[in-house]
Amino acid sequence: MTAVQETVADPSTHLSAADIENLGAELDAIREQVIASRGERDAAYIRTVIDTQRKLELGSRAILLFSLFPPAWLAGTVGLSVSKIIENMEIGHNVMHGQWDWMRDPAIHSTTWEWDNASPADMWKHSHNELHHTYTNVRGKDNDLGYGIMRVDDEQPWKPMYLIQPLSNAVNACFFQYGIAFYDLEIGKYLKGRVDKKDFIGRGRKVLSKIRRQATRDYVLHPLLSGPSALSTLTANLTANLVRNLWTHSVIMCGHFPEGVQTFARDSIEGETRGQWYLRQMLGSANISGSPALHFMTGNLSYQIEHHLFPDLPSNRYQEIAPKVRELFERYGLTYTTGPLPKQVVSAWTQIIRLSVPN
Amino acid sequence: MTTTSPRTAPAASLRGRVLKFTERLTTPLLPADYLDVIDPLRSGAALRGRLVAINPETRDSATLVIRPGRGWRGHLPGQYIRVGVDVDGIRQWRAYSLTSPTDRADGCITITVKAIPDGAVSTYLVRRARAGTIIQLDQAAGEFTVDNPSPGKVLFITAGSGITPVMGMLRDMRPDLTSDIVVVHSAPTAADVIFGGELRMLAAKGLIRLVEVHTDTEGVLDTDRLERVVDDLAERHTWACGPVGLLDTLERHWAAIGITDQLHTERFRPTVIATGEGGAVSFSASAVTVENDGNRSLLDTGEDAGVLMPSGCRMGICFGCVAPLRRGAVRDLRTGELTTAAEGDGVAIQTCISAAAGPCDIEL
Repeated sequence: MTAVQETVADPSTHLSAADIENLGAELDAIREQVIASRGERDAAYIRTVIDTQRKLELGSRAILLFSLFPPAWLAGTVGLSVSKIIENMEIGHNVMHGQWDWMRDPAIHSTTWEWDNASPADMWKHSHNELHHTYTNVRGKDNDLGYGIMRVDDEQPWKPMYLIQPLSNAVNACFFQYGIAFYDLEIGKYLKGRVDKKDFIGRGRKVLSKIRRQATRDYVLHPLLSGPSALSTLTANLTANLVRNLWTHSVIMCGHFPEGVQTFARDSIEGETRGQWYLRQMLGSANISGSPALHFMTGNLSYQIEHHLFPDLPSNRYQEIAPKVRELFERYGLTYTTGPLPKQVVSAWTQIIRLSVPN
Repeated sequence: MTTTSPRTAPAASLRGRVLKFTERLTTPLLPADYLDVIDPLRSGAALRGRLVAINPETRDSATLVIRPGRGWRGHLPGQYIRVGVDVDGIRQWRAYSLTSPTDRADGCITITVKAIPDGAVSTYLVRRARAGTIIQLDQAAGEFTVDNPSPGKVLFITAGSGITPVMGMLRDMRPDLTSDIVVVHSAPTAADVIFGGELRMLAAKGLIRLVEVHTDTEGVLDTDRLERVVDDLAERHTWACGPVGLLDTLERHWAAIGITDQLHTERFRPTVIATGEGGAVSFSASAVTVENDGNRSLLDTGEDAGVLMPSGCRMGICFGCVAPLRRGAVRDLRTGELTTAAEGDGVAIQTCISAAAGPCDIEL
């Protein structure tokens, strides 16, 4: 009946169907409160973030024109890394979720946004918004569960290829933006013959063309503009992209892989009610605790639970509703999975290493 | 290669190449996205303006002085502009008549706005807008303009904020006020006359003849009264702007005396959006119109009618189904919240959780 009965140690067996619907109604109320108070303050927030990020990027790239001078290299690389992280997470991810569509500003809108990442916006929106957020942690439907190359839950059957998953995860972390792009291409689906060949090739071309444009910018044009600093600008840009990749990979890994996060069988979501969908999001996500700066640098994905419950609410509001959501967890006897970043990263990695061998 | 393609001027192709190169530097964004951060009013940017001052006119109206971006192409007296302002964080577009002369010394333009009850944008502009705010603009538009040089005998008939385009015309005509100008203006009381001081001063100097109709005490202007106060209206070119009722009356009267070609009207029609349960949904790009009962999603309705609908999660979370609502009203099936769009608004809505709340036009 409920979404989670298939899971081994189902942490929600104590909830009746009526409890789950009440839970859903309470979450709807939290959502309503935010929507009713959405306004000028929120609009000013995202505009300031976008404005600041663009200035930071311009400034960092300008400093890198003189990257031969080591302090310039350092300052420019730090600035560009931070700028890329903000652009991908607090801005790109959230704008493409439609969190700011209510402003009716065509320049900050899910349908027009393109981000500094290898995966083209429309493909990412399909695999992330449509598949991952709808089928969160449903084995066989949500490819974010191990991205199709890793085993991240005891319930996933073991295969020999999982033996190398600690290594493949490390490689994926370094090249995360390309990992996402190839993942959004749904190569696995294509190999199984479930995607039209022409479609697939068309999308492949789009990805390659975007990768080419991004790489030309970071690894050819900006270095060339730097003249004598060409080589050091190249290493700076490589470093910034690497830092962004490692950071986003770590944060995202913490969202669904740490210990305590539940996964769900494919048939368990048939006829799922709104309350059950909410419950699945609550059990399938984990937060990261930390300072306001940490929350900002994760694009507020540190409030992964709140984000999964309400993917389209403005990201600056997650911290505000988090105490209310947490109180609901306690009242309904559910575990609010959270922890500091290092602890959650270690927990996710431990899972990946542990699950690389058969149970 | 060069033999088959037309030669372009070297400057243009150089400019094109520079632009292309900077686009490669800023991909996936455009150079404009960065330049906007530095100077949103620069030439080549999407047209915007900065509010320089907000000057009260009457107790419920104000004139907004706007410095337009460098792409501003100027206007003709009597024209209007569409302005896009963010009210409570939401971009809303409205049209207002320009009230500044076309050659204002400081290069600014003005619009004069009357706060209407429940009017989100007009109330914001009159009561809450602050100098320094950047607003979105469109180039001037509208056919309600005065010929240059202006014809000899002119009659302006206005009511309420209908005086605004006429004030724009008067301010332009003023330096060569050789014309014989009569202004018949209706407002509830003397204090409600927008530009009352300026109009009365023009009248005192003998530059115009001003007839004020204070409707609270004198009732609404009718054609009998108009004929009495302007005994030569058949000899005049008339520009009229005001509520629909007034304009309808004037049009009938001008037609009855056979001088329709001497009457120019501007309708300030508040967009009335009918809201209710369900309505006819027109998918304009597909040329399909279907009935939606107000309980089903527009996505389902459109798909059933064979419209190629973008779709995604079908539960309101993925925004894969977003489409522009050109005109009309829709209701959020989850919350009952209404979203309305006036002509040309293009409010993006999620079709999977929206039902018709009156007739609406979706661009799909």
